[in-house]
Amino acid sequence: MAERHLVAQHGHAVAGMADASEQPSGGISLEIVGVSKRFLARGRMVEALAPVDLQVKPGELICLLGPSGCGKSTLLSIIAGLEPPSSGLIRAGGRKVQGPGIDRVLLFQEAALFPWLDVQHNVAFGLRQAGMPEAERMRMAREYLELVHLSGFEHSYVHQLSGGMRQRVALARALVLNPAVLLMDEPFGALDALTRDKLQIELETIWAATGKTILFVTHNVREAVALGDRVLVFSPRPGRIIQEFSITLPRPRSLEHHQTIDQAREILAVLHADQRPDEEANDEW
Amino acid sequence: MSGEMTTMLAEQSRLGRARVMPWIRRLIFYLILLSIWEGIVRLEIWPPYLFPGPLIVANALWEGVTQGLFLPAALVSLRRLAIGYSISLSLGLVLGLLLGRNKLIQETVGSLVLGMQALPSVCWLPLAILWFGLNERAIIFVVVLGALFSITLGVEAGVKNTPPVYLKAARNLGARGVRLYTQVLLPAALPAILNGLKQGWSFAWRSLMAGELLYYTLSLGNLLQTGRDLNDAAQVMAVMVMIVIVGVTIDQILFAPVERRVRERWGLA
Ligand SMILES: Nc1ncnc2c1ncn2[C@@H]1O[C@H](COP(=O)(O)OP(=O)(O)OP(=O)(O)O)[C@@H](O)[C@H]1O
Ligand SMILES: [Mg+2]
Repeated sequence: MAERHLVAQHGHAVAGMADASEQPSGGISLEIVGVSKRFLARGRMVEALAPVDLQVKPGELICLLGPSGCGKSTLLSIIAGLEPPSSGLIRAGGRKVQGPGIDRVLLFQEAALFPWLDVQHNVAFGLRQAGMPEAERMRMAREYLELVHLSGFEHSYVHQLSGGMRQRVALARALVLNPAVLLMDEPFGALDALTRDKLQIELETIWAATGKTILFVTHNVREAVALGDRVLVFSPRPGRIIQEFSITLPRPRSLEHHQTIDQAREILAVLHADQRPDEEANDEW
Repeated sequence: MSGEMTTMLAEQSRLGRARVMPWIRRLIFYLILLSIWEGIVRLEIWPPYLFPGPLIVANALWEGVTQGLFLPAALVSLRRLAIGYSISLSLGLVLGLLLGRNKLIQETVGSLVLGMQALPSVCWLPLAILWFGLNERAIIFVVVLGALFSITLGVEAGVKNTPPVYLKAARNLGARGVRLYTQVLLPAALPAILNGLKQGWSFAWRSLMAGELLYYTLSLGNLLQTGRDLNDAAQVMAVMVMIVIVGVTIDQILFAPVERRVRERWGLA
């Protein structure tokens, strides 16, 4: 049902949303070329991300795994155009990324909904920026809230929602813009296993229906295996890709299936092996 | 089923009582206060024209209102307040946003604003009278300065404490330029801004009353002064009551509803 609903939405053209309407059914390619990031923190240079190279095909779902602080959020932020890289460049659909654009929408670790707006207006925020008239954007907000199973909560405020509901609103707020790329930063990280499984299935359904390009950061190795076409493992900070796994298991993949578990175990071994070197050693740059 | 009903009804009447009880306690408190006041007056330590009882003050208040003196005076004061406060509000919002977003302005103008905040705005009155003369402009100037810095500092604090992730999220969803200010920064900072607005309002009201003491045209502050000239403590006290009533009313009409809505949206207690 969710698929049909979303597919019906594909054609929607929003004034000023050139990218979305040019590529109505989903993904564009991403090229990440030698992207690194250094921060100046308290007078000290901190290298957050070592040069990363990555090619993502249109419609690919890639999961990023890595120890805390290795620069995963930083990388997504750079791809979203919210921060400039210290070196290298990003191409989205062949064009160089020069700033934020609604062809690439980031879902933040902490949902980042606006507490001064109700749920419906949160979802409609991006459409408002694009200049869509009030009635039209409210109608679309309602549709996308239905898609994430939140009908009836249009007029709730953020603090009245559970963590899982907030992530769904954030997902609706991103999907309503019909972005070609979804950058998801541990969106389900803080949720219980049951809610997480449910959202994961919903995400996979939406992805299958729309063919969007998705980068998905997670700490959950099995989740990565269950979702990803490819799983990339990052080293501790400064993060670089140390290994790449292509997951060819048939979909839908159960988290409990022994093949999933075996694949996850293999990845976990790589993740652990590289975490051994003392964290402190990486602190100075 | 019926047991459930009874507990629900009991719960409701308990909630009803919880709402009424504070008012009853407040009423009793004020009745006691008035009796003590009246009791002290009856001791006749001070002559009644210096220390009148509550009934005489109530009478003076009644007469002041019915003789058409207090309400026009209150309107004059409120008009000055409205003009002055609107000016501070517009200036304060812009200044606060600039201070919150621009490091250079923060380092320079910011220190000046902090210094000015330490100066009671009525101190500006002598200078204002020299510049503008003893007229409306001088007193409105003082009202503006009374509210300006509190509002500025409130907006600045609000902007600075806004989690950067809201701005990132907004830019990510296509917000640009001025809209980042009007649709994200200002609403995100609203709780802190509201505190600044309330503080600014109370400073403006105080400066206005202090300033009006020096004026000869009809106004609330001026009525205090004429009461003194007439050796009429009852009028002075009646005007003081009037000033409290106006102040509390405006707070209830202007700020309380906004504050309630902000608390509701943000989920603050
Ligand atoms: N604005 C900043 N200023 C200074 N240092 C920063 C900044 N943002 C991130 N860092 C540093 O960069 C490194 C990478 O941060 P990042 O948030 O990308 O990690 P992460 O891989 O997403 O971690 P986690 O899994 O815990 O979310 C961290 O060491 C962090 O302290
Ligand atoms: Mg992170």
